Amino acid sequence: MEIVYVYLKKRSEFGKQCNFSDRPADLNVDILPNPKLAAQFVERNPVDMGIQCSVSMSEHEANTERFEMETRGVNHIEGGWPKDVNPLELEQTIRFRKKVEKDENYINTITQLGVIMEHCIKQNNAIDIYEEYFDDEEEVEVTEEASSAKTINVFRDPQEIKRTATHLSWHPDGNRKLAVAYSCLDFQRAPMGMSHDSYVWDLENPNRPEMALKPSSPLVTVEYNPKDSHVILGGCYNGQIACWDTRKGSLVAELSTIEFSHRDPVYGSIWLQSKTGTECFSASTDGQVMWWDIRKISEPTEVVILDITKKEQLENALGAISLEFESTLPTKFMVGTEQGIVISCNRKAKTPAEKIVCTFSGHHGPIYALQRNPFYPKNFLTVGDWTARIWSEDSRESSIMWTKYHMAYLTDGAWSPVRPAVFFTTKMDGTLDIWDVMFKHSDPALSLKVCDEALFCLRVQDNGCLIACGSQRGTTTLLEVSSGLSTLQRNEKNIASSPWVQTPVLHVVLRLSRGLLQRPL
Amino acid sequence: MTEVEETLKRIQSHKGVIGTMVVNAEGIPIRTTLDNSTTVQYAGLLHQLTMKARSTIRDIDPQNDLTFLRIRSKKHEIMVAPDKEYLLIVIQNPCE
Repeated sequence: MEIVYVYLKKRSEFGKQCNFSDRPADLNVDILPNPKLAAQFVERNPVDMGIQCSVSMSEHEANTERFEMETRGVNHIEGGWPKDVNPLELEQTIRFRKKVEKDENYINTITQLGVIMEHCIKQNNAIDIYEEYFDDEEEVEVTEEASSAKTINVFRDPQEIKRTATHLSWHPDGNRKLAVAYSCLDFQRAPMGMSHDSYVWDLENPNRPEMALKPSSPLVTVEYNPKDSHVILGGCYNGQIACWDTRKGSLVAELSTIEFSHRDPVYGSIWLQSKTGTECFSASTDGQVMWWDIRKISEPTEVVILDITKKEQLENALGAISLEFESTLPTKFMVGTEQGIVISCNRKAKTPAEKIVCTFSGHHGPIYALQRNPFYPKNFLTVGDWTARIWSEDSRESSIMWTKYHMAYLTDGAWSPVRPAVFFTTKMDGTLDIWDVMFKHSDPALSLKVCDEALFCLRVQDNGCLIACGSQRGTTTLLEVSSGLSTLQRNEKNIASSPWVQTPVLHVVLRLSRGLLQRPL
Repeated sequence: MTEVEETLKRIQSHKGVIGTMVVNAEGIPIRTTLDNSTTVQYAGLLHQLTMKARSTIRDIDPQNDLTFLRIRSKKHEIMVAPDKEYLLIVIQNPCE
């Protein structure tokens, strides 16, 4: 049934005013209940219904407008005159003032205060009590704190079979990375299954090495190229020289041919300062020093045999354990031998025999470290047997200073790059000694037990603050030295230069006069 | 009253004194050698500072009291001699 109601209106009646009239209700629709539908429903008895007898409330949120606040000072331009005085009226203010001035309390107070005030004024005029004394003297940086060093980080060899960390090299830019060479230096006692890998560690992440270097034979030395920080040079246990490019990956980029390489492990490898930045040289206990160009690494460019009898006999040659090269003296280099002799050589000599300039002997055992003083290249440090010695090139007979004989073998040493009188040494009992020649001669300025096993190598970062040392079980420890030992002290350069100059002369004179010259440190 | 005059004149005549003023607790300048607005400004600010300084001294030791306040600035020194009702303020430029 359609419910529709039509109502009609004539068009002419539009717009007419409405005349309302009452009429009775008109039923339009009536839907009667259908009892049949009731069958679809069930009567519900009882019915549960919740009611509440309380005031019905509703929740609204409202937020006031933000009130901006500002802090401001107030500038009073007129004092708090009492009510009866009009501040603008000059007469009234004068009268008020006069009244105050006549007050006895006022007179007494002012007299009292005047006395105190005058005292201070006169004091000010007498002397300048705020004078700054010693204004023109520069600030003396007094490092009162005792020198100390603390361990920052420890990098452990992730391999199961632990190998010795034999060499460390800092990344040339920014020093955020450290390359560590791992190998087992015990002759033929390297355990089966020992990994050949060496690692590059990022200082921020001691848990995992950043990159692995995978040579065919374990690396004994590793060096970053100071000119190109992506290139790493490695000297292998089998005498080969290998080269990596860190951008290319872990596998060896260049490898020298085994026939032309060293016959013994490469114990020293250093990059040379050249225009191309691709030249390096290496030394080994087979008695040879070889120069390489990594672009053509199959053959060495030059070979020098360390025969001090100058006969070029390989049989007589001394085995090289450490190598030294200073870029400020590009033609000279020094080699520390197994026999305890330091050989100073000249690369630019015409004949091979003239390459060996002079020798310095004094150690009883292999010279594990050899380094020139970065500030005074004429002086160099050697570390070997149980002592560390400082030599001057001018005095060939013996060292100018030496430490006492320690209980443990010294394994490595280095000068501090920031302080000319400070050097570091590591020992087989796991201690790191920091020597300050200016401070104390007989003992190290600081001696730290780094680990229980022997420390094998040491490398100081260029800023002189961080030191990395590698141990026998492959643990590399990163230490930070206190600022007293890593900042240049006042006059240190002047003071440090004098003993070096004077002592050798003194040494020679006393020696000649048969005096008892023992100048122990 | 002449003592007061004398005292103030003497103070003003010392070497380096830029200005002297006597202000009461309401900030009304009783006697001043500087202009009114400057005086009122000094009065208002120094009064608060003196109150604070005095309460600091007394908080630390109730038996103690503030006798003098000296403020050294880059340009000159402001010296305040406080009292219950009045403040004697002198600005001096100590000659170096």
